[in-house]
Amino acid sequence: MTYAIEQLAPAALRPPEPREAPVELPGVWGQALRSRRVIVPGAILLAVFLLCSLTLPMTLRPSSAFYYDKQNNNAVRQAPKIRPVEAWLGYDVLGRSILARSLLGGMISMAVGVAAAAISVVLGVGVGLLAGYRGGWVDSLLMRVVDILYGLPYILLVILFKIAFEGPLTRWLGSAQANLVVLFAAIGLVSWLTMSRVVRGQVLQLRGQPFIEACRAMGLNESRIFLRHILPNLVGPITVYATLIVPSAILQESFLSFLGVGVNPPMPSWGSLASDGVAQLSPVKFYWWTLLFPCALLVVTLVCLNFIGDGLRDVFDPKREAAKI
Amino acid sequence: MHKVILYRLLQFPLVLAVIYLLTFLLAWVAPGNPFVNERTLDPLVVESLQKRFHAESAAKFLAYYPYNILLHGDFGPSMQYKEWTVNDIIKSALPISVTLGLVAVTIAVFVGVFVGTLAAVRRGGVLDWSSLSITLVGISLPSFVTAAVLLMLAAATRALPVGGWGTLSGMILPGFALSLAPMAYIARLTRVSMLDVLGSDYIRTARAKGLSKRVVVWKHCLRNAFLPVLSYLGPAAATTLTGSFVVEKVFNIPGLGQHFVNSVLNRDRTLILGVVMVESAFLLSFNLLVDVAYSWLDPRIDITAKVGG
Repeated sequence: MTYAIEQLAPAALRPPEPREAPVELPGVWGQALRSRRVIVPGAILLAVFLLCSLTLPMTLRPSSAFYYDKQNNNAVRQAPKIRPVEAWLGYDVLGRSILARSLLGGMISMAVGVAAAAISVVLGVGVGLLAGYRGGWVDSLLMRVVDILYGLPYILLVILFKIAFEGPLTRWLGSAQANLVVLFAAIGLVSWLTMSRVVRGQVLQLRGQPFIEACRAMGLNESRIFLRHILPNLVGPITVYATLIVPSAILQESFLSFLGVGVNPPMPSWGSLASDGVAQLSPVKFYWWTLLFPCALLVVTLVCLNFIGDGLRDVFDPKREAAKI
Repeated sequence: MHKVILYRLLQFPLVLAVIYLLTFLLAWVAPGNPFVNERTLDPLVVESLQKRFHAESAAKFLAYYPYNILLHGDFGPSMQYKEWTVNDIIKSALPISVTLGLVAVTIAVFVGVFVGTLAAVRRGGVLDWSSLSITLVGISLPSFVTAAVLLMLAAATRALPVGGWGTLSGMILPGFALSLAPMAYIARLTRVSMLDVLGSDYIRTARAKGLSKRVVVWKHCLRNAFLPVLSYLGPAAATTLTGSFVVEKVFNIPGLGQHFVNSVLNRDRTLILGVVMVESAFLLSFNLLVDVAYSWLDPRIDITAKVGG
């Protein structure tokens, strides 16, 4: 809101710019980046991401010892040991290195999360803006559609979407790629509903604010008001919800993997690794490494993402200041 | 108030009809055929099966089933389990899921609200931190992992029965496993809204008037702090009561949750429509209940204002 007021005030009335701290990022973004609740989990997340992405050339090259599908018949369900490096996290039921599979699986899981968040931002923000700004019948129509989609069990939507589009896409892209693309889209398409509701609510609230009225009074045209004055005020809530969509999308993928409609084996994801690990659980002999390591990576990543989301929300929503730890 | 409830109830059939049509559309356009599986059947057999199930075309399907549902409440036979009608399947599975769901929702609400409130009151303390981290991990672990680990722990210690359905003690473990995710969420919600309420003026007034801390927290604060939990509880209770695929699969419980997934995977169109209708009916009723409970908890909230849309 300060943004808009500055826009309106003549230059002479604006307070002089503070000179002493030119390096610091301005406004809420600077505050967000300085908040310890965002930095620490952000750094952990970045480390996991870099680890997974930098080892991609190794996990994807069939000749490498780190190849994700390299089956070592002598190492079936072998416990973790120091040497060689690919044995650090042990081997699975087919003698494949869990370290290599977790690294590639992390990449896939994170890609699912980011793709879902991207799709929800585009769809959810588009629908929310349209509904909130146009109002009237457009608003009621779009919001009823969202209500009804909320009512349908999401598992039905995801599975039907996957069944419907995986076949045709396979002819175009090849089976592994088609599987991933459809998975991204299916999870993204069920995640945008909350986003659209939040954005609509924000737009409705902003539309009634005096500074928008002032813009109108000054004769700014609609598109300028929309792009320069409403959209910048939405960036905060959109970022917060996009951050929170990532962990929920990763969890949804793990559920789909458990059902057997997630990533196609032998492709790994943290969810499919965890569900493989669960299949290895028995009271007789406990192959704990097949379950513990993928789950630990999953939990660390999701906890970090949730922390960042909560931290950002505290920064962007001062009313919830009280919720800070 | 009564008028609003009546108005919402009158909307139910319309909303359900839209959901029915949409679900039918989705189930119909999805590739695959309920009558074709690993065993390749003669085209003539498939044709006669389709005729028997009124599934030759979308028009024939829609001309037969919706009328039966309206007139007799009959969803027709299941296309996969051919000897069963959808009504029979729902009748045998739904009570199990509802019982288990009630156990889970009760545990989730009581424990979640209790932990969330304590964490808010002792803000920043050990209890706050530990409950916050446990709930975060609880939200972050896939439910099939927590359920399977619980099952293994019970099997290893022989403390509780690990599978089957019918005894009271057999309900504890799956009920607890099912309650974990909503419990963690409720604890987080309660904590945040409790912190908001604890800082408000009327709470200070209540304390200043000499009421004990316990009465103020559990009576005055909770009444207002419970509102966000309530709005989460509507949809959450509806989905919990209609069964969870994961928990039912891990603990081998013959509930409705398995049919949500299996019917879709089998393209069992009549069963898909049956279970979706049941869940939608639950969802609609619980959302109405939540709105009514809202105005009961906080008389300032006027749900009649919602009617205009």
